[in-house]
Amino acid sequence: MKCDHCDRDATVHEVTMRNGVRIEKHLCDQCAAQRGVTVQPNAPINELLKQFMTQGITPGIQVVPQSRQSACPTCKLTFAEFKQQGMLGCPDCYRAFEGQLLPLLERAQEGGQEHAGKRPRRMTMSGSLTPAPQPVLAAPKTPPALPSADRERVLATMRKALESAVAQEKYELAAKIRDQIKGVEDGAIPLVPATRPPTQGGTP
Amino acid sequence: MNDDVPFPAPNEGDLSALERGAEWLKGEGESTDVVFSSRVRLARNLANTRFAIKATKADRQQTLDTCRDCIMKAGLDVSLAWADLHTMNPLDRSMLVERHLISKPHSKGRGTNQADDPRGVALSAPDERLAIMVNEEDHLRIQCIRSGLALSQAWRDADTVDDKLEAQLDYAFSPRLGYLTACPTNVGTGLRMGVMLHLPGLRLTGEIEKVKRAADGMSLVVRGFYGEGSEAVGDLFQISNQTTLGRSEGEVLRMLELEIIPKVVEYERVSRRELLAKRRVGLEDQVWRAWGELTHARLLTTDEAMRALSLVQLGVVTGLIRPRTPSAPGPTLTARLLHMLLLFIQPAHLQRVVGREINQEQRRVARATFLRSRLMGLAEDR
Repeated sequence: MKCDHCDRDATVHEVTMRNGVRIEKHLCDQCAAQRGVTVQPNAPINELLKQFMTQGITPGIQVVPQSRQSACPTCKLTFAEFKQQGMLGCPDCYRAFEGQLLPLLERAQEGGQEHAGKRPRRMTMSGSLTPAPQPVLAAPKTPPALPSADRERVLATMRKALESAVAQEKYELAAKIRDQIKGVEDGAIPLVPATRPPTQGGTP
Repeated sequence: MNDDVPFPAPNEGDLSALERGAEWLKGEGESTDVVFSSRVRLARNLANTRFAIKATKADRQQTLDTCRDCIMKAGLDVSLAWADLHTMNPLDRSMLVERHLISKPHSKGRGTNQADDPRGVALSAPDERLAIMVNEEDHLRIQCIRSGLALSQAWRDADTVDDKLEAQLDYAFSPRLGYLTACPTNVGTGLRMGVMLHLPGLRLTGEIEKVKRAADGMSLVVRGFYGEGSEAVGDLFQISNQTTLGRSEGEVLRMLELEIIPKVVEYERVSRRELLAKRRVGLEDQVWRAWGELTHARLLTTDEAMRALSLVQLGVVTGLIRPRTPSAPGPTLTARLLHMLLLFIQPAHLQRVVGREINQEQRRVARATFLRSRLMGLAEDR
């Protein structure tokens, strides 16, 4: 594929969604560098994350300007400092910057929004975050009836079905599956286990 | 160039002690023709305690004291040694980095970019399977290493240590986001699980790029010998999970151990078979040239030596280079010996071999001399 701006081969491909419109850019190394689009193959994820943040805007996500001045009440780290260093100042920063961090996390963690996995057996809530009462962004409106790990498993199966439908060129079916995945991800389609598993004890 | 560097006979007793550890170089276990080692790392932080960039030196010291006391009294089923890194001499710190027991940034004081930043490491002795770094980027980093493809075992080890520490320490944890870490890219499980692979076949056939692209599409990351940002020198690659939020430890483990890694291992074996079948003479030439370099060169950089050792290793596992049957008891040319040499040619280890600090130029001489002395006469040219 040729570069959008010259005759060289395009090596950098960027796809962004703006107001539901898919925008594709195909650039060669030089044009990409001139336009400030830098891609480092196999770059460590925190460097990429830092790159997104220092650019100020991640595609489709507006960074709220006034939040730049807000600081974590515990350690006084500002979001601007975080953007510079890529490191948080204390565990409470996660709550202080929740609104800005969640979309970044979702992107850096390739869609992962919620912890699935081990939990400390003995959990003191002091200093630990509790679930936000009003999640700012990207949280399902109705909590899923399935534990998140199971929900992820269902979603993984659906994504596989989607891939296989696309591979077999069954596009109508693929579109249906895609919509269902979106529904489950948004919480619009609640997942309910056929028979309720026994309640898991031990973890608050 | 100084070519009259004295090369004292290494203190064999001292070196054999160093050889005994280094679990990742043992060459034991499953799929060791391709998989050097399996590694699991857990990032953990103390509740109500500032991370490195906002902590004072007193905070850091307190974290160090709390964690060290807890680790040493946790009743872990191993014999532990503790080392304060801020007071340790830089050469010894570099040796720990070369043995993959601490990270390079931890050696330098990553948290605050200050060499005197209070920090330390607890090591299981003598097997070096467990290393718990204190005051690295996170307050605690639990690392478990096993030789060969043994991720389940490494995970069980790390999980057990984590349970025992957690019984005494309050971790920073959010029910929604999981274990809270200094860098948000580790939040969730705080888990990095991966293997160190020797992939000369895939490099020589040019298929390695496909593996990298495939890994990229599966939220995995392929890195070099010394981790983040390092080159894949000596055809050694680390493949590990990239994301930590949304997938449980079990899911990551199953994906890597049952699906991805066996496929890469098989892919490498197929590449080696193809090279033997279709480019045998070319391959023979390369591995024997490497042998010639290691047994005859007078100056060798670390990278040159690692590249040659990689090819010789390939020659040994494919049967192109045959170990000579020793007429008297002595070292034989084995994967384990080559692994150990890989470690001892690293700058800090080499200085330990020589017994004093030497500069880069002197190291090139010492490295070539050391390799000649260890390898000469061990292979049979049919």
